[in-house]
Amino acid sequence: MELKEKLLSSFMVFEDKVDIDTYVHDIRNEAIKTFEEKGFPTKKEEAWKYTSLNKLLKEDYSVFPKQENAIEYRDVKKYFIYDIDTYKIVFIDGKYSSHLSQTTHDGMDVCLMSAALTKPKYRLVIENYFNKAATKDSLPSLNTAFSSEGAYIHIPKNKLVEKPIQIIHFSTGNESATMLQPRNLIVVEENSHVQIIERHQSLTSNPVLTNSVTEVFAKKRAIVDYYKIQNDNLKASLIDNTFLKQKQESICSVHTFAFGGKLIRNNLNFYQEGQRIDSILKGVTIIGNKQHVDHNTLVHHIEPNCESHQDYKGIFGENSTGVFNGKIVVEKEAQKTNAFQSNNNILISDKATINTKPQLEIFADDVKCSHGCTIGQLDESAMFYMRSRGIPEKEAKALLMYAFSNDVMNSVKIPELKQRITKIIANKLGVNLGFDL
Amino acid sequence: MSKYTEDDLREELKTKEYEYGFYTDIESDTFPNGLNEDIVRAISKKKEEPEWMTEWRLEAFRVWKNMDEPDWANVNYVKPDFQGISYYSAPNSKPKYDSIDEVDPELLATFEKLGISLDEQKKLAGVAMDVVVDSVSVATTFKKTLGEKGIIFMSISEAIKEHPELVKKHLGTVVPTKDNFYAALNSAVFSDGSFCYIPKGVKCPMELSTYFRINQAGTGQFERTLVIADEGSYVSYLEGCTAPSRDENQLHAAVVELIALDDAEIKYSTVQNWYPGNAEGKGGVYNFVTKRGLCEKNAKISWTQVETGSAVTWKYPSCVLKGDNSVGEFYSIAVTNNYQQADTGTKMIHLGKNTKSTIISKGISAGKSQNSYRGLVQISSRAENARNFSQCDSLLMGNDCGAHTFPYIEAKNKTAKIEHEATTSKIGEDQIFYCNQRGIDTEKAIALIVNGFSKEVLNKLPMEFAVEAQKLLEISLEGSVG
Repeated sequence: MELKEKLLSSFMVFEDKVDIDTYVHDIRNEAIKTFEEKGFPTKKEEAWKYTSLNKLLKEDYSVFPKQENAIEYRDVKKYFIYDIDTYKIVFIDGKYSSHLSQTTHDGMDVCLMSAALTKPKYRLVIENYFNKAATKDSLPSLNTAFSSEGAYIHIPKNKLVEKPIQIIHFSTGNESATMLQPRNLIVVEENSHVQIIERHQSLTSNPVLTNSVTEVFAKKRAIVDYYKIQNDNLKASLIDNTFLKQKQESICSVHTFAFGGKLIRNNLNFYQEGQRIDSILKGVTIIGNKQHVDHNTLVHHIEPNCESHQDYKGIFGENSTGVFNGKIVVEKEAQKTNAFQSNNNILISDKATINTKPQLEIFADDVKCSHGCTIGQLDESAMFYMRSRGIPEKEAKALLMYAFSNDVMNSVKIPELKQRITKIIANKLGVNLGFDL
Repeated sequence: MSKYTEDDLREELKTKEYEYGFYTDIESDTFPNGLNEDIVRAISKKKEEPEWMTEWRLEAFRVWKNMDEPDWANVNYVKPDFQGISYYSAPNSKPKYDSIDEVDPELLATFEKLGISLDEQKKLAGVAMDVVVDSVSVATTFKKTLGEKGIIFMSISEAIKEHPELVKKHLGTVVPTKDNFYAALNSAVFSDGSFCYIPKGVKCPMELSTYFRINQAGTGQFERTLVIADEGSYVSYLEGCTAPSRDENQLHAAVVELIALDDAEIKYSTVQNWYPGNAEGKGGVYNFVTKRGLCEKNAKISWTQVETGSAVTWKYPSCVLKGDNSVGEFYSIAVTNNYQQADTGTKMIHLGKNTKSTIISKGISAGKSQNSYRGLVQISSRAENARNFSQCDSLLMGNDCGAHTFPYIEAKNKTAKIEHEATTSKIGEDQIFYCNQRGIDTEKAIALIVNGFSKEVLNKLPMEFAVEAQKLLEISLEGSVG
């Protein structure tokens, strides 16, 4: 059976199991219809020109994992940022794992989507925010139709969340290929500040396909720092759909560290619904070995006096393929917008491919918008300089590549996270960088 | 004058009517509307073409019938009714003239209004004119001078008769009939155009130039241009266009093929100023053009264009850099005003080793117009050490226009070096202030800035054309270019 049909028929079963009276019932039904109409995106669609899902969709995924597989903390400790105290929301095969998690209701809600969707006390928030930022594209709709579990974070006014929040999705899928559809909702009220680290990790050699949707709402003067670590095994694929709606004077940043997985597609969308907003999109991609990473970003400038900064760096080795499709839209009313985008890539293998399409659509005249995009190699004179001073080729290369991605690393605000990513990069490049940050 | 602001400029732009809107009453020999195999055959017969050419056209027509009109471009327009167009129209006054005196005086007057009177042109040494009025060449000058060098410069219909071996060998090799909807249509029904062949090692002593005009009401213009530069030769080719004011939308679907063999160089410059429609966006020419050049070893093709006219433009002069060390260049200024829409750019396909390409695109949008740059830079896996530099700048005037960039960059080789840059801005208040401060009034300041903005491209135009390009910029953006 084709995956699409399988999903459609599973939806019936799924919807029977969950409460039919809830507010989201209608939304789910609406969403499955949208998905049925649109189907999975194909290469014929402009936004998917360089990324084909065909191979992924051929797997026979089990849509509902049968039982929860127990995981011991010591086995998975390395996937956590464990050297600092954090809140943790951990899922195993889409099911909440209470013994690995550390949630709170003390002055704010860091808990579960399943609770938020069913308990009456969250009803108002759900009605106001759930599915209000996600687009009606086929994959987000598919996720909406099956939305039941994920992280729910609601930070009230004037709250500085002292500990970062880690959201980790493990997949075990011992029996067969698994498809997961986590759904996260994050609402940050006025003047509040939160840091979130998200990670998807497969612990199995079976294929895993994750179609994740995250909606973030940042109110006036809120600050949201979101970090995505994508360092999965070669069987795991991830389609990440993230939507951020920002109100005036808020600052949101999303850092995406894409190192692994078979196929990663990041749909990152910022909507600026107020003045003097700052949006920051940064990414480092280091891949090889037939991997495919596709960054698809949109920054929609709707109101005046806002800024956006995009900086994506990519290093592509072996048979890897990188795609960057960045779009900046500046509406007529959005005067005095400053929008910057830069995409730098290094190809280190003859078989690697990079396709990039930085796109500007501008309807306002008093704006400063620019985009830059480069594809190149490591600087030979810099290599020579280091080698003539006794640094072996491999290390010299690694140093240069690390320096190349440093612009992005610099804006990571959690030192432990920065250190961890440095280690991942060093590991990826197969060297010991010889310094910690 | 010191109070002259951008708003005034915008106002002026809106009210500025098309200066070259006039209509010459020449009795034309026109086919009935519509397109079918019979019409294609009739066109071919009318032009006394050999059998292979007729078959070639029919083949293209059959392909075209099964194709859909593309709609991916960032433009909105009423699609032309392809059955409501007459596919052939030629000025009646035949046969050809030996001297300029024999030419229909009304036609001469038309040229005079355009500022390209043949008399003047004849005296102006260095420019040979192959003047095309409604698809058929009516005058060719300097042919003898060119002939001495072995250069063939004639209308393509003549070339089909006189040099069938060259045409047969090269026609449709760069832009295949199946390439796209408009290329297929053009292949089926093209009425005339220019053909140019530069023999081995010859440097063409003058700028070759043609002027296209759309004249007869309701006739689409389907030009076909083929330029072949043989090994080690050089040619600079100019193409300039103006068209009379007309209510009905007119379709123009030209195909230009350039072939630069080993070590050859072709410089192709275009100034396009077809009727852009009036201030309400009514009328205007649809300009759907396929232009492509093929570079063999060490060859170079350079496209320069100044696009100020047409209601809808859909044009991507491209270079296929097949040979090693070949070079492709694209310099463009696209000005849109009122309701004009332009979706233009280039494709640089790097196949050979050490190939280089440069793209400089300047877009100026005013009024309610939409101006898009759409480009592709493709580095194939065999193209070692390929190098590309692209720069697309947009200047916005007013709040109702839009500027868009859609650059596609695809690299499959690790030695590739690609840089792409794009900026969008308006004329800065501080820039104007700086000029005002130094006693330059606002109008002059805007002129200076727009001029400076487009200078990189204007500089690339041959001398003979630069003047005209300036003139056209003046019409499109009067008050801004001094």
